[in-house]
Amino acid sequence: MSAVIENHHDDHHHGPAKGITRWLYTTNHKDIGTLYLWFSFAMFLIGGAMAMVIRAELFSPGMQIVEPEFYNQMITLHGLIMIFGGVMPAFVGLANWLVPMMIGAPDMALPRMNNLSFWILPFAFFILLSSLFMEGGAPNFGWTFYAPLSTTYAPPSVTFFIFSVHIMGASSIMGSINVVVTIMNMRAPGVGLMKMPLFVWSWLITAYLLIAVMPVLAGAVTMMLMDIHFGTSFFNAAGGGDPVLFQHIFWFFGHPEVYIMILPAFGIVSHIIETFSRKPLFGYASMVWAMLSIAILSFVVWAHHMFTVGMPLAAEIFFMWATMLIAVPTGVKVFNWVATMFRGSITFETPMLFACAFVVLFTIGGLSGLMLAIVPADFQYHDTYFVVAHFHYVLVPGAIFSIMAAVYYWIPKWSGNMYDERLGKLHFWLSFIGVNVTFFPQHFIGLAGMPRRYPDYALQFADWNMVSSVGAFLFGFSQLLFLFIVVKTVIGGKKATDQVWEGAKGLEWTVASPAPYHTFSTPPKVD
Amino acid sequence: MNKEAKKTLIRLVVAVPLMFAFGFALVPLYNVFCEVTGINGKIFQSEHNDKFISEEGRPIALQFISTNNENMPWIFKPSEQVMEIQTGKYHSATFYVKNTTNKKMTAQAVPSVAPSNAAEHLKKLECFCFEQQELMPGEEAILPIRLLVSNELPKNIKNIILSYTIFDITDYNDEALAHHQMDME
Repeated sequence: MSAVIENHHDDHHHGPAKGITRWLYTTNHKDIGTLYLWFSFAMFLIGGAMAMVIRAELFSPGMQIVEPEFYNQMITLHGLIMIFGGVMPAFVGLANWLVPMMIGAPDMALPRMNNLSFWILPFAFFILLSSLFMEGGAPNFGWTFYAPLSTTYAPPSVTFFIFSVHIMGASSIMGSINVVVTIMNMRAPGVGLMKMPLFVWSWLITAYLLIAVMPVLAGAVTMMLMDIHFGTSFFNAAGGGDPVLFQHIFWFFGHPEVYIMILPAFGIVSHIIETFSRKPLFGYASMVWAMLSIAILSFVVWAHHMFTVGMPLAAEIFFMWATMLIAVPTGVKVFNWVATMFRGSITFETPMLFACAFVVLFTIGGLSGLMLAIVPADFQYHDTYFVVAHFHYVLVPGAIFSIMAAVYYWIPKWSGNMYDERLGKLHFWLSFIGVNVTFFPQHFIGLAGMPRRYPDYALQFADWNMVSSVGAFLFGFSQLLFLFIVVKTVIGGKKATDQVWEGAKGLEWTVASPAPYHTFSTPPKVD
Repeated sequence: MNKEAKKTLIRLVVAVPLMFAFGFALVPLYNVFCEVTGINGKIFQSEHNDKFISEEGRPIALQFISTNNENMPWIFKPSEQVMEIQTGKYHSATFYVKNTTNKKMTAQAVPSVAPSNAAEHLKKLECFCFEQQELMPGEEAILPIRLLVSNELPKNIKNIILSYTIFDITDYNDEALAHHQMDME
């Protein structure tokens, strides 16, 4: 009897609305996940186009294509757009799609807030990008917007930048609150905390980090706003403030932020390696504890970004050791991934290729991070291309490869179609070669002393810069292939089975492909 | 939404303004931390200096540096570039300052000490940097400082640099108003 009533009930839950209003008014976690993912893809292409401008200018020494002022705007917007518009919304999109399905929940806990947190984002980036056309140009002080460069010496458009950061922050905070409430309260019976899929765990920790630090960022830009317009002197030495204080506040947000951009990647890669090794993940509990320790340590290492401002020796030593300590839980994770693959029956489909590249290249980025943690060495590396190489290694073949891996891995579930494996592999190899050709030489020119954030450089850096630019063009244009593959998969292709991958485990693989508009309206039974 | 979820939600929503406030709380925290440790090279007026007076001082060199911030047009320089001083004793020095413009201006000097671990041992009894300087057009002044370097100064420090940056803090809106009023009279 009850089954009949339920069926009737289901019929009333008709599918999505038609037309544009489906997307404007949607409160469905899958729709919002899709919106986030397409939005981040658009931002990825815009930020990527800016990277192409940067590398074209640096192709050879001397001023070639753009004015130095415009170059500064490009590096600033490239950083801001890739971080706040590319990587972060992509992870939020994945969380929207996957977290409810992985824990057996019907939707996110706060669906209307979910809609709001997405739809304010396009406005934030419209405001930020529109500053390119304003008098005095777009923000030109680097994505770290150090005061007084971003206060006393900033272009007038800085106020628009401040408001766009406020909106991005509000969006992230709302998204995170939604994730935490969903995970803490909407797990299907039987999904205990230590039984949650690692992607869910990684997002739970990430969401807490976001709730803790995005308000601090909002505070920092508010202080800037007050310094610029209301005559306060938070960062102005003349009025008794201190510019170094800005760096402390910024990096108190900034360092947890870099883990916000990598923890979900850890979750994704754990799932993919497990599936394609056809073995249970090695060391589940240690993976959870490692992520928790990384998150906690992220609050006590911020000053390693500013060793050269003139800190007392004791502080430099503390931040050096605290930073190096992070290598321990990270090492545990890398060990577990390798141990999962060990003696597994591995196949290398595209998601697995990206995941393997992630493990290797992220580790390279982590190791250059350890080098940067060494205080006396950092005085040489500080603000050189070595730093650029370091954070691009952890962000591009780290965070972004994990997002691409996730798209290839879950797109059959989202769209119901398999992607073109041959094209996927081609995309992987072009990206893999492109990324390494772009960023590996930057280690060399950085160690040789090339400073970051300049549109021109000394002649001895010419060869490696040219190599780096060629790699960047290869990587950049390969992403159009990615766009083509995604569109092709969404339109059609071989039908995917429900489980999609032979070794795939988890609740999201128990629903139909493509995933129905409403899943788990009644909680699944989990042992 | 069930009760538990509401509780989680409320807790998280409360956490957001708290963390926002924490961002602002970092400002006084930072200042107190710097005042206690002296690590940002700033010096603060200290009250009980007499306990640092001592006969068993050692000679050190005290160098003065003056810097004009941005477009500050005043002439600002130390009367003496270097002083040989004894630790544990009071010493006086002066800076010369002149308003070279034809308008009334207000200035504020901000001190800094290098090496920074010397800052906490440098005790100032009197310093023009504790006040604002207001000079009429063309007016000049001799600005005094009176200080003491405590015996606890680390042994490896033989040379302290005391640097002042002078900032233009004239409130030009007020100034324009004042001129306007004078014209009216």
